[in-house]
Formats: sequence, structure tokens, C-alpha cells
Amino acid sequence: MLNYMPDYLIVILSGVLAGTVARTAMLRIDYRQYPGYPHGFLAHFLLGLIASALGAVAVPAIMKPDFAAVTFLALAAQQFREIRNMERRTLESLERSELVKRGLDYIEGIARTFEARNYLVMGASFATSLAVQFGGLITGVFVAGLALLACFHFMSGEVIGDICDVVPATLSFKGPVLMVDEIGIMNVGLQSMREKILKDGLAVKIKPKDGNARAAVHDIGQRSAMAFTAAVILGTKKDIDIPEFTPLARKNPDTGEVGLYVLPVEKDLKQLIAAVKLTPVLESARSKPLKAGPSIKAAKKKVE
Amino acid sequence: MDEKASGIILAIVALNKEQVSGGAPIFFARDKAEQERTANYLARIFDAMVHDLENGSYILVRH
Repeated sequence: MLNYMPDYLIVILSGVLAGTVARTAMLRIDYRQYPGYPHGFLAHFLLGLIASALGAVAVPAIMKPDFAAVTFLALAAQQFREIRNMERRTLESLERSELVKRGLDYIEGIARTFEARNYLVMGASFATSLAVQFGGLITGVFVAGLALLACFHFMSGEVIGDICDVVPATLSFKGPVLMVDEIGIMNVGLQSMREKILKDGLAVKIKPKDGNARAAVHDIGQRSAMAFTAAVILGTKKDIDIPEFTPLARKNPDTGEVGLYVLPVEKDLKQLIAAVKLTPVLESARSKPLKAGPSIKAAKKKVE
Repeated sequence: MDEKASGIILAIVALNKEQVSGGAPIFFARDKAEQERTANYLARIFDAMVHDLENGSYILVRH
């Protein structure tokens, strides 16, 4: 028994190490300030450690063979679903005191990402320990590197810049209605507010490149995610008693183009364009009406 | 902020007495400047937004 114990130990340890490194690398703190809380960081680090341990242990369990142990993976999946709930609850309770809201879609997307990343970690550690078991340490290092690359590939989704053109737009007033080019945003009654908005406000127009993109920016959650990103990166002059300065995105019903208005602390148009382009395309907003081809044609025939 | 009711008219600031009546509190102003000032004060008190109906009446709505 003592003879093979160290072998498995190395197999398990290398898997755990690779998985934990992957999780730490994916726990970036960026402009979203999430998970910017030190305790959140620790919690996710430890959960990542557990996930990678589960992935790594699976290999010796199969080799042994102890298939009952493998079924524990199913239990683990249950556990990680809890992470999604945890993240959702945290963000939802923070949302209530947020001046510029993330929107429920964005929160759901973030929560789902946290869950999915643990599965990625599990996969990475499983692949690594498999490689160490059959190919030795050198192969293990190679596979761990590949797994890390794969994790980063799956981690980075599409952003608005990929599916839309973001161009500068002008703010104006048509009577009391604030306009971003030809798109009406809201009715601003006070003269002083109108002057302030014209002086300090910024606007861009988001032009979808195709029908799929149009469907994505049609989504309210996607639009509030863009407004949120813009407000985070440029700052906002909004306060609880100045709702006029809320960043808003409204669409032109005819063309599907979206006008975004913000009242930034830092008036930098290039920064605003970059911020909007950087906004992730939310999973819940993504739909592909253009890919409905064959099925919709079949249905159409029946109608005719 | 979420708990407060949204989408209802909190107050009306009007220039013409003939044009308004009804459920919401109505404040009459003598001229445009007074209307602007009253609306501004009320908006800050209610955390609400002022909308111009372009008929001499401003309404305050929280969104």
C-alpha cells in the first residue's frame, strides 16, 4: 500500500495545484469591482481548491477502481449550484442601494459565470491529474498549461464591440425631450437641468451589425448593462435626488439602433466608446434569430 | 429606493388654473421663473423627476 500511495499523492496534488492556479487566475478584480471584497476572494479561492481536489481525486478513484467515489462528482455539482445562488443573493441585495443599477440580467450572468468557472477548474484538474497518471510530471505540466489556456478561452465571451459599431452622437432637445441624434430618451422639464445636460452630457449610438446583434441590444438587461459599465468607468453625476442624470439607453424602434446617454464625471468620449464596447454580451440577451433558417421555413410552409 | 412607489404623479406645478384638477397636489405659480423654482425644490424633496407637458404644467414623477 505504501508503494503506490506517493504516486497517487503526486497525481492528486498536481491536479489540485493546476486547478487552484486556474481558479486564482480567473479571479480577476477589474473595473466591475467584483469580487472586490477580500472575503469574497477567499471564499472563491477555497471553493476553487475544493473543486480542483474533486477533479483530481476522480483519477485515482477510477484507477482503483472505486466507481462509487466518482458519483460524488454529482454531489459536487449540486454544491456548485449553491455558489450561483450565493452570488445572486449578494448582488441582488447590493443592487437595492445602487444608484445606477446593474440589472437582473447582468447579475444572473455574473452568478452563472461563477458557477461555470468552478466546473472549468474541475475539468482542468481532472485533465492534469490524468496526464500525470499516464504521462508523468512533464506531460502534466504541459497539459496543465493547455487547460489554463482553455479556461481563458471559455472565460472570455463576446463583447458589444464585437457585434456592434459604437459611434459618437450628439445630445439635443426637441421641446422638453432629450434626444440622442434622432432617438428620444426622456422628458426633462427643468430648464436648468437641460442646460446642464447639454453642457456636461455625453452620448453614443450603438449600431448593431446584423439581426442577431439587434436582438441582443433590444434586450433591456443588455442595455442597462451597457449603461452600468459606462457609469462605472466614467463616473456619474447622478445622486438620489437628481434622477435626470441617470444614464439611459433607448432604441430607435425602426432601425434597432440604441442611443446611450450619460452624465459623466470625466467627459471623455473615447473612454465612453471604449466602455460600451467592453460591455459583455449577456447570455440572456444573446439570441440568434438569423440562425432560425430551416426550422422557420418549415413552419412557414405549413402556414401557407 | 425600490420600496417607494414609482410611476405615479407626485405633484403638479401649474401656471393655468383651468388646465389642472384632480388627485395630485397642485402648486400654482405666478410666472415661469416661479414655476421652475417650485418644481426644482419639489423634485429634490421627492427625489423625483420633472416633466414638462408644454401646456404650462410640470408634473413630478418618480421613476
